[in-house]
Amino acid sequence: METSIYTVVAFYGLALTILGAATLVVFARNIVHSVLFLALTFIAMAGLFLTLDADFIAAVQVLVYAGAVCIMVVFGIMLIQRADMKATNLFNRQLFTGGGVVALVVALCAVFAGRTAWAEMVAAEAVPEGTVQFIGALLMSKYVIPFEVAALLLLVALIGAIVLARDEEVKADAGD
Amino acid sequence: MLAISLTHYVVLSALLFSIGLFGVLTKRNAVAVLICIELMLNAVNINLVAFSKYVTPTDFIGQIFSIFVITVAAAEVGVGLAIIIAIYRNRLSVNLDDFDWLKW
Repeated sequence: METSIYTVVAFYGLALTILGAATLVVFARNIVHSVLFLALTFIAMAGLFLTLDADFIAAVQVLVYAGAVCIMVVFGIMLIQRADMKATNLFNRQLFTGGGVVALVVALCAVFAGRTAWAEMVAAEAVPEGTVQFIGALLMSKYVIPFEVAALLLLVALIGAIVLARDEEVKADAGD
Repeated sequence: MLAISLTHYVVLSALLFSIGLFGVLTKRNAVAVLICIELMLNAVNINLVAFSKYVTPTDFIGQIFSIFVITVAAAEVGVGLAIIIAIYRNRLSVNLDDFDWLKW
């Protein structure tokens, strides 16, 4: 499959941005900086989805992840952290154990990827232009039950988050 | 070798998943563990969309699955942050090493 030079440059640029920002998410000592690099990772990932002909997923990525999730995490941090944000995001004592487990996972991935015949499974067709109408039709026909279950899940998560984060004293006042 | 293939995306996704897993295993702050789980879910999304493009380009299975993954991830962040806030109110800490009520 022939790719243009722009796609190649875009892929490597976005891949380096994603990996660098993700590494900084893990290694930043200030949790607020971590969340900022997380937003950068999400936006670069939206660009990567554009190189994969998934324009609707790219839009959803920017809206849901870079918009909603990052803001929600920042709000959560502001509610629970102390005023001094330095050294709020440190490593625990399992640094080398964790590194060993991750090395094992990478080795397993490499072994299984080496045993997979990637060239055989690639299809010849290209993705059709404009994916939104296909995704919308499929979500309302073939995948309508998962779609409704996802809606129910969001409702339950909304109610559950309110119930969990609610202050006990407020509840006692409301009960009077 | 100046062409982007499925393997490139799979390698990128595996590396991102490893970074997220390393963060989940080694971070002390509960919020940091939550955002590292987000990194892992995003690595899965890259895989799903890449396989959707290269293996089943006309079925959109991977793209629809990644929409569901994004939905579940958003719900997970909401409930996870609410749980962390509720625990913080009791313990005045978000250090995961302090959360040992179930250990004896």
